[in-house]
Amino acid sequence: MSLSEEQVGQIAYLARLSLSNEALKSNTKDLNSILSLAEQLAQIDTDNITPMAHPLHMTQRLREDKVGEEDQSESFQAIAPKIGKKHYLVPTVIE
Amino acid sequence: MEWETVIGLEIHAQLNTKSKIFSAAATQYGAEPNSQACAVDLGLPGVLPVLNKEVVSKAVKFGLAVDAHINQRNVFDRKNYFYPDLPKGYQISQLDWPIVGEGEIEITLGDTTKVVGITRAHLEEDAGKSIHDLYDDYTAVDLNRAGTPLLEIVSDPDMRSAKEAVAYAKKIHALVQYLEICDGNMQEGSFRCDANVSIRPMGQEELGTRAELKNINSFKFLERAINLEVERQQDILEEGGKVAQETRLYDAVKHETRSMRSKEEANDYRYFPDPDLLPVEISDELMAQIKQELPELPQEKKARFIAEFGLSEYDADVLTSQKPMADYFEKMIVNNADHAKLCANWIMGELSASLNKHQLELVDAPITADDLSLLVNRIGDDTISGKIAKDVFKAMWDGEGSADEIIEAQGLKQMSDTGAIEAIVDEIIANNAPQVAQFKSGNEKILGFFVGQAMKATQGKANPKLLNEMLRAKLK
Repeated sequence: MSLSEEQVGQIAYLARLSLSNEALKSNTKDLNSILSLAEQLAQIDTDNITPMAHPLHMTQRLREDKVGEEDQSESFQAIAPKIGKKHYLVPTVIE
Repeated sequence: MEWETVIGLEIHAQLNTKSKIFSAAATQYGAEPNSQACAVDLGLPGVLPVLNKEVVSKAVKFGLAVDAHINQRNVFDRKNYFYPDLPKGYQISQLDWPIVGEGEIEITLGDTTKVVGITRAHLEEDAGKSIHDLYDDYTAVDLNRAGTPLLEIVSDPDMRSAKEAVAYAKKIHALVQYLEICDGNMQEGSFRCDANVSIRPMGQEELGTRAELKNINSFKFLERAINLEVERQQDILEEGGKVAQETRLYDAVKHETRSMRSKEEANDYRYFPDPDLLPVEISDELMAQIKQELPELPQEKKARFIAEFGLSEYDADVLTSQKPMADYFEKMIVNNADHAKLCANWIMGELSASLNKHQLELVDAPITADDLSLLVNRIGDDTISGKIAKDVFKAMWDGEGSADEIIEAQGLKQMSDTGAIEAIVDEIIANNAPQVAQFKSGNEKILGFFVGQAMKATQGKANPKLLNEMLRAKLK
């Protein structure tokens, strides 16, 4: 499996990365070499192996359903670029 | 050409926990903007999500209720997209290992029942809320809703009409309320439906291209939006065009659906397992505990209503179709076990009619189950007749007091004094010789005339049973 420059351009767009032509070329080359390394894994028979979702062999600890957070919106909003009356404000998004 | 409609629904049920799915911030609706969005909900650097145990329990409850396979090992993934009300740039959801696997639920439409498959149900966090009409040049963002737990219930494409889709949605709606895992409030967005709609020539196996309808916040709109979309697709196909696979927004005011172009480009969500969350293992102990906590489900309740109170299949079905109604009935029955049928009639009759007329939900009814129970008791013990009870009900609805207070204040007590009724009956018989003669010559129907006269003379308060017996005896 290998990626075309067009595909890498699309991935960059989805991640909101702006790549120069040069960067696009070198990124495509780098990504393809990573993919070819990963391709070696495809040679192993994994039919009876549970797919690994996490590198740690542990399971998720669960939290009791209790409210334990206070309203800290004032300090959070102190670092926001723009706020209105308690709302965060962003450039207009039209749907 | 004859077309067949194919519908699948995606229902987002907000799980009614106190705190969020991955943080200890409160989930209460209607709080001051951003007052319930903590560092985890905002996705600030260095925070870690920790899964809420109740969220797991509630999802499992749903799975058990629809006979689904529960994936005791399930995994959270990141669904990546950019939008201002999604501060992390990804939504934590489940893709390949959802908590609830395949299940099914039975729906009823008129006399026919049908089984609808449930593909899966997975857990995810809700996004915040964008408000576009508050400021001229900005979109305002409230992140209180960000991180609220959602159970997304995905059906198989098993529905063949808008009516079937509504029946399925209502069934799920009732079920989550029975299970007490979701409050079902559609106005507040606690229960939301998206519909995948496509059409195909009747008899064709292959599915047509589907459109996904969003922004549907009532069952009425669900039916309208689907019918509208089916018409739109038929027009396109019959003119030789092609239906585009896209997301369409339903506009209830303009009664139209329109394309949401912004959703098209972002269709690649690049899911991957969330490294911040370990796989979830639901222990056998927890499974057993949840099974034990499972409340009585609609089907079981229906069977019990029939067996225990002698209700008809139809009555039991209507009463259990919504949890609030079943609860209301059960409250009424506490002091009225002998009059179960009467209780059912009053809920399904006067009470439902009045709620409809005033466009109220049962929970907002001005007459409580205890109040109505007392009224039914007064019919049962012959204090008032069923006819008078309707007037009392109306007065109760208008807030004039309890059944007893109204009966007392308006002097509506049924007349069961034999002597008093007898005097009236004698007078009527004496004054209506021709009708008496008719009765004696075998015209049974004329009895109604005498009853009417007696009721008129007593302002409807004569005990009908007593009156009938007495008339028959005297007219012989």
